[in-house]
Amino acid sequence: MLIGGAVRNYRLARDEGICRRYPAVARAVLAGASGQIRTQATVAGNLLQRTRCPYFQNTTTPCNKREPGSGCAAVAGVHRDLAVIGTSDACVASHPSDLAVPLAAYDAVVEVRRPDGAEWTVPIHDLHRLPGDTPWIETVLEPGDLVTGVRLPPPPAGALATYRKVRDRWSYAFAVVSLAAVLRVGAGGRIDEIRLALGGVAPKPWRLWAAERLLVGTRPSDDDVRAATMTALADARPLPDNAFKLDLAADLVAAVVRDLRGAQP
Amino acid sequence: MSDDLRGDVMLRVNGADRVLRVDNRVTLLDALREHLRLTGTKKGCDHGQCGACTVLLDGERANSCLLLAVTVDGRAVTTVEGLADGDDLHPLQRAFIAHDGFQCGYCTPGQICSAVGMLAEAADGLASWVSPDLTAAGDLDDEEIRERMSGNLCRCGAYPGIVAAVREVAER
Repeated sequence: MLIGGAVRNYRLARDEGICRRYPAVARAVLAGASGQIRTQATVAGNLLQRTRCPYFQNTTTPCNKREPGSGCAAVAGVHRDLAVIGTSDACVASHPSDLAVPLAAYDAVVEVRRPDGAEWTVPIHDLHRLPGDTPWIETVLEPGDLVTGVRLPPPPAGALATYRKVRDRWSYAFAVVSLAAVLRVGAGGRIDEIRLALGGVAPKPWRLWAAERLLVGTRPSDDDVRAATMTALADARPLPDNAFKLDLAADLVAAVVRDLRGAQP
Repeated sequence: MSDDLRGDVMLRVNGADRVLRVDNRVTLLDALREHLRLTGTKKGCDHGQCGACTVLLDGERANSCLLLAVTVDGRAVTTVEGLADGDDLHPLQRAFIAHDGFQCGYCTPGQICSAVGMLAEAADGLASWVSPDLTAAGDLDDEEIRERMSGNLCRCGAYPGIVAAVREVAER
């Protein structure tokens, strides 16, 4: 299925094909922003939105993303909501999108047009760059590139999918941690297809590739799922006030995997 | 290159065509309030967090503080001033009075415009974050109304009255 880059959130969540085939996409869109923002917000704009790091927005404080070389005020400042993995000494900003998270779980491909009309594509996994020493360069897009659409491959046949979002208030808040999960149970109750992507923890939607490899073919307990999640997050470098996100992520993955396994027909 | 930062905009505001020449950086909210003197639409946070500036754009609710006026050229804008038919108030306006859906009243125009747009979305079959089924929209109970209206803050805390007012109109 191809979603146009200018499709608005409201239309995307309203689309019957999206709701039936890619329910985690619809749920993520409905989890984001507010009703009057979703009538205007677009697919491409959502993917390319900037971080909500308070120091990026506050022009009186240093920020390597906003002003290269000025330093990062978040590391020693308020960073509870910021990233725990994929970060660098230069930047710990998290990507705020809900929509990008299920797109990563469904292996979406982003379609791009150059100013000269040439078209190219990039997997959603490779669209956003990690900050490294150049946190002001956020994607692999070149100046003038336009995101024209997002292509969703067919979802795994018979799999269930959902999006769950942990936030500080029940509605209209960015994710502390969120999860898009696609899961199918096969013979003997073993997981034969699983895809897990986290939001709120990294500068991009964060696939838990290692956890997926550990869990496929198994009938995991909650603790098995927690352990697999922690293995996938082994490279995390949390800061003092956001280290809780690792435990929260592990609990979230365990709960959603349990629920999706229990809901299998 | 011209250094004129102004643009011509034609807006159909509450049914009447209005032509404006505004700085390209002027928001729809400021165009309504400062240029057209329609001060019913309120400026709260001015960055999309409070919903006080909510208007209807071609019938869909939008934060007018997040739109540049020149980007909505040719579109139909309905503000709170355009909801009543003379002295005959819109059903939501009557319901807000009946259920005491306000205290200071500052958020009320945005609440009412948002509710008009929200009820249209629900009638169109749009689910919400709290809907169990994405494709079979159910009744708008209090939980659904609170979720769908979460983009409108009320610092007085008149939410029980607001929810009751919206529910009364939703049930018709």
